[in-house]
This record gives sequence, structure tokens and C-alpha cells, in this order.
Amino acid sequence: MLKELLLTIYKLVLVRFIVTNLNNPYQLMRKLLLFSFFLLTISLHSQDYFPTDSGVKTTENTIIAFTNATIYVTPEKVLKKGTLLIRDGKVMQVGKNINIPKGAKIVDLLGKTVYPSFIDLYSDFGIKKPKSAIRRSRIAQYNASREGYYWNDHIRPDVNPIKDFSFDTKKAKELLNAGFGVVNTHMQDGIIRGNGLLIALNPNASNAYRVLDTKSAQYLSFSKSALSKQAYPSSRMGAMALIRQTYNDATWYAGGNMKNTDLALEALNENKNLTQIFETGNLLDALRADKVGDEFGIQYTIVGSGDEFERINDIKSTNANFIIPINFSKAFDVSNPLLAQQISLRDMRKWNQEPSNLKVLSENGVNFALTARSLKSVKTFHTNLQKAIKYGFNKKKALASLTTIPANIIGNTTIGNLNVGSYANFIVTSGDVFDSKTTIYENWVQGAKNVVNDMTIKDITGNYMLYVNTQNYDLTITGKGSKQTATVKIGDKKVNAKFSFINEWISITLNEDSVYTRILGKVINASNVMEGTAYDTQGNETMWSASKKVKKNIKKKDSKKKKEEEAIVVLPVSYPNIGFGNYTMPKTETILIKNVTVWTSEAAGILNNTDVLLKDGKIAAIGNNLKARRAIEIDGTGKHLTAGIVDEHSHIAASAINEGAQNSSAEVTIEDVVDPNDINIYRNLSGGTTSAQILHGSANPIGGRSAIIKLKWGENAANMIYDDSPKFIKFALGENVKQSRSPNGTRFPQTRMGVEQMFVDYFTRAQEYEVLKKSGKPYRKDDEMETLVEILNGERFISCHSYVQSEINMLMKVAERFNFRINTFTHILEGYKVADKMAKHGVGGSTFSDWWAYKYEVNDAIPFNAAIMHNAGVTVAINSDDREMSRRLNQEAAKTMKYGGMSELEAWKTVTINPAKLLHIDNKVGSIKEGKDADVVLWNQHPMSIYAKVEKTIVDGKVLFDIAEDLKKRTAIKEEKSQLITMMLKEKMKGSKTKTPMKREDRNFHCDTLEALKN
Amino acid sequence: MMKKIIYGLLFFFLVGNSIAQQTPAKAQITGFSIEGATAHIGDGTVIKNSLIMFANGTINFIGSAMTKIARQGTVINAKGKHVYPGFIAANATLGLVEIDAVKATDDQDEIGIMNPHIRSLIAYNAESKVVESMRPNGVLMAQITPRGGTISGTSSIVQLDAWNWEDASIHADDAIHMNWPSSFISGKWWLGEDPALKPDAKYADKIGTIKTYFMNAKNYLEGTQTKTHLPYQSTAGLFNGSKKLFLHVNGQKEITDAITISKELGINNLVIVNGAHADKVVSLLVKNNIPVVLDRPHRNPNNEDDSYDATYTIAKTLIDKGVLVSLGMEGQMERMNTRNLPFYAGTFAAFGLDKEVALQLITLNTAKVLGIDAFTGSLAVGKDATLFISQGDALEMRGNILTDAFIQGRKISLETHQTKLWRRYSDKYKTK
Repeated sequence: MLKELLLTIYKLVLVRFIVTNLNNPYQLMRKLLLFSFFLLTISLHSQDYFPTDSGVKTTENTIIAFTNATIYVTPEKVLKKGTLLIRDGKVMQVGKNINIPKGAKIVDLLGKTVYPSFIDLYSDFGIKKPKSAIRRSRIAQYNASREGYYWNDHIRPDVNPIKDFSFDTKKAKELLNAGFGVVNTHMQDGIIRGNGLLIALNPNASNAYRVLDTKSAQYLSFSKSALSKQAYPSSRMGAMALIRQTYNDATWYAGGNMKNTDLALEALNENKNLTQIFETGNLLDALRADKVGDEFGIQYTIVGSGDEFERINDIKSTNANFIIPINFSKAFDVSNPLLAQQISLRDMRKWNQEPSNLKVLSENGVNFALTARSLKSVKTFHTNLQKAIKYGFNKKKALASLTTIPANIIGNTTIGNLNVGSYANFIVTSGDVFDSKTTIYENWVQGAKNVVNDMTIKDITGNYMLYVNTQNYDLTITGKGSKQTATVKIGDKKVNAKFSFINEWISITLNEDSVYTRILGKVINASNVMEGTAYDTQGNETMWSASKKVKKNIKKKDSKKKKEEEAIVVLPVSYPNIGFGNYTMPKTETILIKNVTVWTSEAAGILNNTDVLLKDGKIAAIGNNLKARRAIEIDGTGKHLTAGIVDEHSHIAASAINEGAQNSSAEVTIEDVVDPNDINIYRNLSGGTTSAQILHGSANPIGGRSAIIKLKWGENAANMIYDDSPKFIKFALGENVKQSRSPNGTRFPQTRMGVEQMFVDYFTRAQEYEVLKKSGKPYRKDDEMETLVEILNGERFISCHSYVQSEINMLMKVAERFNFRINTFTHILEGYKVADKMAKHGVGGSTFSDWWAYKYEVNDAIPFNAAIMHNAGVTVAINSDDREMSRRLNQEAAKTMKYGGMSELEAWKTVTINPAKLLHIDNKVGSIKEGKDADVVLWNQHPMSIYAKVEKTIVDGKVLFDIAEDLKKRTAIKEEKSQLITMMLKEKMKGSKTKTPMKREDRNFHCDTLEALKN
Repeated sequence: MMKKIIYGLLFFFLVGNSIAQQTPAKAQITGFSIEGATAHIGDGTVIKNSLIMFANGTINFIGSAMTKIARQGTVINAKGKHVYPGFIAANATLGLVEIDAVKATDDQDEIGIMNPHIRSLIAYNAESKVVESMRPNGVLMAQITPRGGTISGTSSIVQLDAWNWEDASIHADDAIHMNWPSSFISGKWWLGEDPALKPDAKYADKIGTIKTYFMNAKNYLEGTQTKTHLPYQSTAGLFNGSKKLFLHVNGQKEITDAITISKELGINNLVIVNGAHADKVVSLLVKNNIPVVLDRPHRNPNNEDDSYDATYTIAKTLIDKGVLVSLGMEGQMERMNTRNLPFYAGTFAAFGLDKEVALQLITLNTAKVLGIDAFTGSLAVGKDATLFISQGDALEMRGNILTDAFIQGRKISLETHQTKLWRRYSDKYKTK
């Protein structure tokens, strides 16, 4: 009541203001602003201890009773014909038989439904994203811009967004209209982003009331802050390493061990017990975030991306709470076949499969809240949610994911439900809130009403028989609330008509060839009959009436609609969910290959007409006339069987390769960024490659740690990495590390001279670090130093990118000085010049067969390198460093026979047992020997022939590539694409919006690749 | 920084480059008779136990070793070995760049968009260390092609054992090369744009520019030519058919546009280069007798959903449908990789082509495409004695071990900068 009164006064005064100040618009604006401010401060929620100078002090204490409604106290607890009492913005009572106190305002909600208002935990409501810092210099920024904070600008737990918060009335209205009552907003900038603010979307109050919690959560992401150009981290794995080191340092700081003040670490420690919400852009990142959290005993709540269904088991096993967006992609416009053929199957599938994401998540017991994040307009939230429900998402779960679950995630019991004492945040609807026909009437926040659709406006939609001027018309009224509109027809002929329905009055103007009839009237009973007065062109008044037609064909239509719904086809998910993926994971089989030529890569050499038995994922027997029960027998006559090829130097199956923003990145590991969705895994299998070392790039002298993987096509990232994987790290020398091709290089070292000193410096520091660590005194845990200590202790091996002899020699001497050995020189194109020294040092060489002439330091690279090093007693491997070459390393091995005359057997070892030895996995793979892993390749002929083709590639006894199955997969891809194209054409014909076809970016990683992929 | 670059360059020119190339062989004086080898003619046929004789740079006999005929000059017993016509690399850039990453050594791409007058021949470095590394693999001739722009310039064909470009030339200014625009465009990811490939709205404009250019050239050539226009003048051969137009083009739509528009302009001597999706416009190619110079099969398929062997099987697909197919070199690290030419052909053979047909892709077919088949490209009487002897199958890494090679009858050196280092360091360890 008071509010309405105030509003009336406001309006009156406003008009006066405007009229008296019309001649001075500036003055007018100023006064208006002042006036609004004044009004705000005396609004309903003025703080009771604030002085009042505008009249006598009044206190609002009205009780409102909502009666006869279906009330969802929680998704589980539903009251039919219930009563809800609210007072002071909170729920006072809720139940079925409640005595309504005297003086309460009663709102009869017969036939209507009340739900708790929705909560969005991932929001930037009222907080502007900062603009990018401008940096004119092209020289990389290595140091932080901020003082008194962490050494890295992208760690910003100290950011408290309250100072940047400004209630956005327009956005609030959009959210209110969609049913949201509370959002958790925050500064979406940086890797550690600071705390969240829990905001009630109450335009009627001041921040003093609507800020429910100033420390509602802490937010994190893998994206750098726009406010700083500090180069580190430049990759996903760098961001992961940075978060880990920050946690280490926060602990160290909390122990009072730092001499300086670090406001960022202080804030991080203060926010430690808040819900930690981690924003990710795709499924792989979600799993990566969870992995980092688990290492520190932190269970992040993960903001997902809608692709969780692609590896639901992995998502499930994170045990994390998720916040899931429902931003479904549009269908591609595939009407032009030439454009359509550019779209990858994975992108087409995504459109088809992603509406089922919520269903899959919920059926697999993943606990998740929903967010309107990444929607262009909040308006589409409900249409998308309805789509998800159509695809099988349970409505009860839907409600929980918008109310109780988000509340639980941030540990707040006063929102997301209508229990006594909770905030009076609720929506009033015409029925099931998840039905497209339902109208949201009101969204009450903190006991204040926000009208979405005026519920006092009757719903008069339907088909009527209109009788006027002795003529029968068909009148059809559609739409919601004040937006109800009508069409008028005589038979099939449309009549020009203008319709309005305002304040219960129906007004229609008919225009039949400039003969106008004006109709005015009201609905008289329940809603079936309307009548009133009609005025014809001559001014004559007659009676008119309209009565609602009873639909007879409703049932028929319904069943038709149902049929349409049943027709939803969700294509099956494959692993990985791209072309050539596996619908079911291949199983370990017992396989007996008979009468085949076996290249053992062992002292036994080549065995003719031999049988090989694979069982339980191992090579069980090699011999003649082998028999095995229930084994799949393969006739190997005329064929060759070899161990799977091992690539010592590869960059496939990774989302990032270089963390080059510092001269040492020993803290990063490629294991963090293995990408199991890379088609090159399959293509490498098609060329007989089964294991690879995924190396960090060569951007810096001390690079990152390696991932040694088996190419288990279909498995997830973690399962591809070798169990008890040997520990490796990439080092690099020469042109790349001294930034030779960067015109603005300023990073130390810029010369080969500096490279030596950098190594000596790091190893010296690592020695000192270890001494301190072992002394039992407190020490600051440093992931970089931990890695270097492992190298010093022979627990981690170096694979060093190297070209010219001087630097190769130098690194061996540095290692010898620190009493360890370099494990492998990779590339090692001038290895032949110091092969004797290498043999003496005990280092292996993994080289290209014939690459040269691509940069200055390969001037003396010769294809005879492998042979010379081999003859000098060095263990030699031929590697790829190239995703294309890695699928035909058999040919590259053959080149060692052409260049330098290596024997057939020794040539073959350069891609099997030798790289396995260099990677310390020769106890498992690299040769055909009883007891080793069943990683073998069946070739149609001599494996080093240019004419050789792989027929089967077997990993752990599982057939992961089969030349016949491959043909079937091609047919399946073609069929699935056609099916999807038909679906998309249908979608376009239906009038849905479509998007332009596009081809996926296709980036080829080499050592020199500096920038990481987006994912 | 600048100082460093200058010193680097000085070092390169004074020291790095001072090891001169192998001395080119002198003109053939005595005849040669190669006896007993399997002769791979280059036209798809094979003569086992063959006799090949040549004098004055020209083959004058080819047949069975059983033939009773007087052997000429030096007799080479090649029993168990194989003889091949010298391999020809089409669409190559040998001798135009020495070291990819050193800009000072890079002469392959002139500025400007329409450069038909730019001639590769005069920049061809006959003494390149990369060039000499071709010969031990049997690559003895190459089409030296400029890169870049829309019209890159004019190519020439050279043999790979010469004192200078003038001596090297075996067919000067054979063709003009044009990069046909793609109807797709991708965002510059390094500028934060979406890197996905999208339809290019400017495709039609780009095609319009090409059309206008050639119309103007044609008008100029048919007119009085009062003022000299070098670029237009250089296109004369295209309209009278004496020069070929190599259309570097990918995509079904683009190939179709490139051919129909060229024909509309009165340019009929056409070659499609690279030609992704050429298999989808085969009838157009066959009808107009247009050959295709494929790019190297050792590259990744274009699309994620393409079959793993898409780049290996394309040659067979086109040949089976009657297209004349050759093999070119354009792409990553193309110069050093040009020596792998035989292995690219071998890969096509692994994936369906007959071995001798695969051989044609780098011999007779290429000679035909380049218009030099009258005097080279196969082992035939009257043709240049540009050939080599290999211990085994020269399309195989294991077999491609050359014992002798001849260019126009001249017995050339098979030594290189690389073999010298090989011997030097092998010896170093032997003496120990």
C-alpha cells in the first residue's frame, strides 16, 4: 500500500518537475536524478537506524498471504491449495491449513503455481569486465605490474568485486522475467579471480539489502587477466602449474615464512573455506581443473560447457558439483553441399547430441546447477531448457538444479526454497514452469513484487464464433497477457482486423473493403462468451456476441504431436566423439597369428613362418604350431609382424606444446594437456605407431615435462599415459631458445654462451634447494626446483633438442659436472660430429632421417647421421616431430639403409626397441618378446618397403586399427553425415535459425609452435 | 641486433657457403653401354636384362641385352640393377631458397599480386647445396617455379648439373603460375580471430579481378601497344598457346571456375596444380584434356573425417578415370624434400597404383605436362641420355642407391656436401 502511494506521489511530483523545467533540459535531468535518489533512500527498505528527514518514521510490517496455490516449497515438497505467508521479505509460514493473521493482505492464487525463484551461480551481473591492458611495446612483459601482490598478475584472489558492483536494472529485469531471483556475480577476469557476491535481484531495494553475501564463493579459471600483459602463463599447462605453485606459496605464506607482504596470497588464504568455483571451456579443461584441485584436497565446483555427455564416466568420477550452461548451438545451413562438406562430423554431431546433455548428467547422478551463462539473451533460457526436457531431462531435477542445488553448492539455506525463514523469493506461474505454454506472472524477490506478465489480465485465447452484423466470423485469439492478439476470418478469407484487450475490455475494428465495424465488449461468463455493442459505418449500434468453439480434433493433434516428439533421434556417442571414434571400446582379445614373418627387434632377429600368441594383453608365446583355445586366428602367410612403432619425439594428442613465457618451465607437464580427441592418434595407428613421447616444445632451454603415452584410441587422457611412466623433461639448445627469429627477444639467454650459464645456474640452485629440503628446516616448495632435483638424482631424464656440436658437447659437460647423464639428444643433427663423445657419455640420439635446410643451424645436418652415430655405439632412434611423418616412421627407418648402409635389422630397431630403450619403456614394448605388452603391427609385406601397408595395429591385445574395419568406419561416417544433413535441412525448413558452415581449425604442432590451442 | 644479423650473414656467405658444389660434368665424349639391368622405360613398360646405349648426350639404342650389336664406349655391367629415366620434379622451388629461416637466402616470392613477368630462371642457384643433394636420389630435372601472389610468375625447367642457370635451362619460361583464390577464408588466430574456415564473401570479387586483368592483357596485346607493359607482354604465350597456365587451385568449385574462366579468356593450355577434390570434377578435366600435378602425398588429409589414406589414393582415383597425372613439390620444407620425389611416387604405388604407372608420375607424365617429352621423360631412342642406375627399386628407400647417373650423357658426380661430411666423420672414427 505504502509503495503504491509513494509511486503516485512520485508520478505527480515528476510531472510537475518536468513541466516547470522544460526550458532547461540539463537542469531537468539533474533534478530528476536527485529526485530519484531521494526516492530510493526513502523507499521501503530504508535502514531503520538511518535518520529520517522526509517525514515521520514509518515501519513497514505488512503480512501478505498467498492462498490456494500449488506451492513448491522445494522440488520434493509440493503443496496443493497451500498458503504462503510472507513478512519482511521472508517466508513467515507455509502450509495447507494456515490461519491467516488479521490485517494480512490476501492474494488468491487459485489455479496458479508458486516456485522458489531461480539461482544462477555463474554470473557477471552488475560487474563490467575490464578492458584489455594496452601495451605498446612488442617486447614481452616478464614481470608483474602490481606491487605488494603475487609475482604473477593473473593471480587475483584479492579482487573484491563489491567496489565495482552497480545494480543493473535492465539486466535484472531480464533475469526476473526468466524466473531468476538470486545471482552469484563476480569479476570474470584472471586465473584466480577473487570472491563472489550473492545478489538478490531486487530492483526495489538498495544494495544494503540485496547484497546477501559479500564472500559467497571464490572463482577460478584458466584464462589470464585482461588487466595485465604479463606473458606467463602462455599455455593451459602453464596456468595449471601456476595454480599449483600459488597454493604451495599460500601455505608457505600462511606459515609466516615470507619476509614480504603479499595481499594476493593473504586473500587466497582468507578465501580458502569458500566454495571454489572453477570456470572451464570444455570437457578436457573440466577434468584438468578437477585434477589440480584433487592434488591439493580442494574439490572445485566446475562450470562446465555443455559437452559433458561426451565422457560422462570421467565427469562422474570427478565427484564435483557442476554448473552447466544450456547454450545449444544452431544447426548448420547445409543447403550448399560444397560448404556442407567442410563441416566435421564432430561439429555436426554436437548440434544433435548436446540437448541430451542434462538428461545424461542427471541419469548418471552428477550433481549440477544450471546457469544462463553464455546465452546471448536470457530469454532463450527457457526455450533451451524446454528442449532439454523434451530430450528427457527430468522436470523435478530441472527445478532442483535451479533452486536447491545451487543453494547447497554455496551452502546457503535461505534461498532456493520456501521454508519458513527463507527469503521470500518466488515466482507465480500459470502452471508448470517448464512448459512452453506456461506464463510467469510475477517474480517476488525479498518479498517485493516484480510483475512479469500481469495476471489480472484474463486469458481469453481460443477459437470463437463471432456474430456481428448478421454475419458469422471465425475469431482466433492467441498470445499471453497484455500481448493477446486476434485474427478474424470468414471461412478461409482473412478479414483485416485490429484487436486489443485492455482493462478487461475487448475492442475489435473490422475493415472489410473500407467498410468499418467497431466492436466493444467484455467477457461475460467464465470465459466462453463475449458480448457487447457494435458500431457500423453508418453509426448504427447493434449487439454482437462471440462464443468459444469446442475443439473436437484436440486428441488427434496431440497424438500427432507426440509422434513428433518420439521422433527425436540422438545419435550415439563414440569415444572420442569424432569421426573414426569407437562406439564400444575394443576388448583385449586372445589372438593367434600363424605362419608370419616376425621382426623381433631382439637378438633373435627375423623369424620366418612363426606363430605369435597374444593373450591377456601380453605376448604369450612365440613359436611354431602354437595352439590356443578361443583365440582369433589370423593367417599371417606372406605377412610381417613387428613390434608397434615407438616415436621418441611427437607433438600429437596435446592441447598445448610450449610454455615459452619464461626461460625455464620445468614446472609444467604435457601430462596435464593430453588431448585424447586428436584424429592423429588414429592416423598414427594406421601407420603402425603405438607409443609416443609427447614432448614440450623448444621455446626455452629448460622446457616442460613429457607425457609418454600409448595411442589407445578411444581412451581418456589419463588412461593413455603409461602406468608408472618414466619421468622425462624436454631441454632445448640453439636458435629456438635464444629467440633467433624473434626481432624483439629480450629473454635471457640470447646466445649459446648464455644457455650454458642458465643451466649451471638452475642446477646449482637445485642443489642448494635439495640441501635445504633435506636439512629438515622449513623450505618453500618449488615445483620447478623439485623437477630439477629429480634430474640431479637420476630420477628424471632429459630429452634435449639439439643441433650443433658445440652445444651438444656443452650440455654433456654440464651434466657431468653435476654428476648425472643426459638421457637423449633429440634432433641431434650434428650428433655425427661428436658421436664418440656421446657414446662415452652414454647418451642416446633420436634424429630425423633426412631433414635439413630449414634453418641456419641445420646446414651440416646429413641423412647419414643415424648410421654414423650407430656405428660409433650410440643408441639411435628415428623420430618424427611431425604428426604426418609419425604415421610412416617405417619409411623413415628404411632411409637409414639408403643413407649410410645400416642393416635391415638395425634399421628397424631405430623405430622400435631403440626408442623404447631411450624412453625406458623397453621392458614393456619395442620388441616381440614373450611377456611384453601385446603391442604389435601386422604388415602386408616387408615393413620397411615403401609399398608396405598396415593391416592391423594391436595395443595391449586390442585391435585399434584394422584395415577392413576402417573401410566400414568410412561408410558409417558418410551415412551419419547424410543423416545429420537431412536433419539440419529439416530444421532449416521448419524456420529455425541456422549458422554458416565452417571447418575446424587444423593446427600442426612442431617444436617451434608457440601458441597453445584454445582448448 | 642488426649487427648480429649482418655478422651472421657475412659468416654465411664467407664461410658457410664457401664449400663449392660438385663440379659439373663435361659434355659426353665417349659412348656408354649399360648392360643387363632392368630398364624402367617411364611409359609403363619394363625391359628385363636390357641394353641401353647412348652417345653425344642422346640415347641411340634400347633393347634386350641378348641383342647382337656392338657395344659403344664404356660398358657398364648392371646385372641385377635397375635403370630409370631421370626423375623430374614439377612445381619445385629448388635453387630459389637455400635456408628457409634465413630471409637473405630466400628468392622465391616477389612482392606484388600480378607478376606474370617475374622469371624464376635467373634466380635459380645452380650451385645450391640443396640442388646437388637431389642427384643421389635420381632427381635430375625440375621445374623451377616462383611462389606467392595471385600470378606468381613464370617458371623454367632445368637439369640439375650445371655451372649456372643458363647452362641449366632445358626449357626456359615454360609456364605462368597462378594461385586461384579459395572460396573459403579463415580468421587470423594470432589476431584473436576465429580460425575456423568460413565461406569468403569476397571470392567473386577476387575472381573478377583476375578476369579483368587478363581481359586488359588481351586488349593490350591485340592493340597498338604504344607503351610497353611488361606484365601484359609476358602473357602473350598464354593466348597463343605457346605457354602453359598452371592453375594452383583446390576445391571442386574453384577448379571448375578456374577452368571455365580461363577458357572464356581464351587460355586453353591449362594444368591443374595440387587440385584437392579434382576427383570430383574428373569429367571436366578429361573433356578438356587437362592434366593434374598432385602435391606430395606425405601430408595430412584436409579434413578430420577424411580417410587416413586420402592423400595416398588420389593418384589412382584420377588415373583410373583417365586423367594425366604428375607429381609436384609445393608445401612445407619443399626444397629439401624434393629428393624424396621417388618415395612419394612409391607411396602412390603402395595405395593402388601399378609400380610402373607410379613411376610415370615422375618421368614421362611430368615431361608431357611440362611439354618436354619430345626430348626427355623416358628411355627412348632419340631422347636425352638423362638416366641413372640404381642398385634396387628406385621408388624404395632401401633400393634407391645410385651407382651412376647421367644428364644429357654427362656422367655426373653423386657426391654432395652431405656425402663429404659423411666420409669425413666416418673416417674420423675409423682412425681411432
